[in-house]
Amino acid sequence: MNAIVEYIKDVFGGMKSLLTGMTVTVKYFFSPGEIVTQQYPENRDTLKMFDRFKGNVYMIHNDQNQHGCTACGICEMNCPNGSIEVIAKQVVVDEKKKKVLDKHIYRMGMCTFCGLCVKACPTKTLAFGQEYENSVYKRSNLTRILNKPNSTLAN
Amino acid sequence: MFLYDFTELTSTIHAGLETTFGEGLLTTTIEFVIAGIVYLLFFAVFGLFAVYLERKVCAIIQNRVGPNRVGPYGLVQTIADFVKLLMKELIPINNSDRFLFNLAPFIVITATFLAIGAIPFAPGLQMLDFDIGILYVTAVSSLGVLGILLAGWSSNNKYSLIGAMRSGAQIVSYELSAGLSLMTIIVLAGTMQFSQVVAGQADLWFIFKGHIPAIIAFIIFMIAGTAETNRGPFDLAEAESELTAGFHTEYSGIKFALFYLSEYINMFIIAAIGTTVFLGGWQPFQIPGLETFNHIMWYCPPVLWFFLKAFALIIIMMWFKWTFPRLRIDQLLKLEWKYLLPINLINLILMATCVLLGWHF
Repeated sequence: MNAIVEYIKDVFGGMKSLLTGMTVTVKYFFSPGEIVTQQYPENRDTLKMFDRFKGNVYMIHNDQNQHGCTACGICEMNCPNGSIEVIAKQVVVDEKKKKVLDKHIYRMGMCTFCGLCVKACPTKTLAFGQEYENSVYKRSNLTRILNKPNSTLAN
Repeated sequence: MFLYDFTELTSTIHAGLETTFGEGLLTTTIEFVIAGIVYLLFFAVFGLFAVYLERKVCAIIQNRVGPNRVGPYGLVQTIADFVKLLMKELIPINNSDRFLFNLAPFIVITATFLAIGAIPFAPGLQMLDFDIGILYVTAVSSLGVLGILLAGWSSNNKYSLIGAMRSGAQIVSYELSAGLSLMTIIVLAGTMQFSQVVAGQADLWFIFKGHIPAIIAFIIFMIAGTAETNRGPFDLAEAESELTAGFHTEYSGIKFALFYLSEYINMFIIAAIGTTVFLGGWQPFQIPGLETFNHIMWYCPPVLWFFLKAFALIIIMMWFKWTFPRLRIDQLLKLEWKYLLPINLINLILMATCVLLGWHF
């Protein structure tokens, strides 16, 4: 007798759970308002990447064309693919020799966007951009110099 | 009117052919060819539309957009896909049984052809009207599994073979449920002839006439029908995650297209049988007693009623597919032999009692 009760419970329980699932999908069917698909070329002007999107690596500059890079080279050492190259130069400031950044070369073609450089940067001057249209016609165009021309070290 | 009764149209064509070619073999052959072409065209158009519908329904359920690039709302997408499939290379498989390999898709598509011939679309729009119509359709529609088994066997591929064997086990068990649930309605209708079954529903559809047992039979029929067409959640025969593509892994080009098409046509056949047997076929929705309402319902032509109901059932089957996860093979067989079959047998007895005691509308 108990087995029969269990059996009937099974049948109705199963039906109930199936109907629960079907109500979920039918809700989505009749309210397609939350479509997550982006129709890319059409919404190019309004498409905004989410905050954590890892686009291009760039160097943060303030409005006086100053950056925080001390040319320490930690990003270069951390990069698993060797896509970063930091070239420093020696300048004489107040009769003291000082190492400042000359060129921060970033080769996007070799970058896997792992984020180790951004994470390791001691002055937090490297960051991920929101750029997503990164295709270019020549491979050499993928090599970028991250510090802007004539930029100086922020104090 | 033209859309209401096709008997006049068909008899005009018949008379015209008889006066031109005389009575006999030639006329019959030409009529066969015409009917074949009509069904072929219907298959092609329906297949293209059903694939589009499936992709769109699935997309909406999953909060996506679906095909929307080719033509308005992506309507031409499936035609473009079909053209692509037509032009694809037919790859010959090493050590495959060439004859059976090429034969299999045609067996599958022939089975669907045989089954669709018996379905009444509208008054006078039915190719074959056997007095054992329902038996014939259930017998013939399960021939398709033969093609699936052959495809799996001849492909010389373990995935194909496993898929085909699963499909075999599935059809053998679910054919029972589908047959018994139709039997429940045959008890109520008292006939197996499709035209009589439809005529019997002129005042009220069988699903309402037979109330509880008919509704149980309808639910079981929909489950078994979905299983018979090898569609999700019963798509073990082509379980993508386990068997690549199951029995049609090795097929390409137009032969693959035939398998793909037959899946959708089978779905239509199940929906059409469900419509004819449970939902009144081409009969409009009628409630005894409400004369004005019944009269208004007749403004929609019977063909439209038929396709409306059939497409409603098709959308329900798509709804199943995109809601439920796939069953395991043991769960599949357990569902059939431990749940559907006993319930079905009890339901049959219940229906017989109802009919004997006159407990139906």
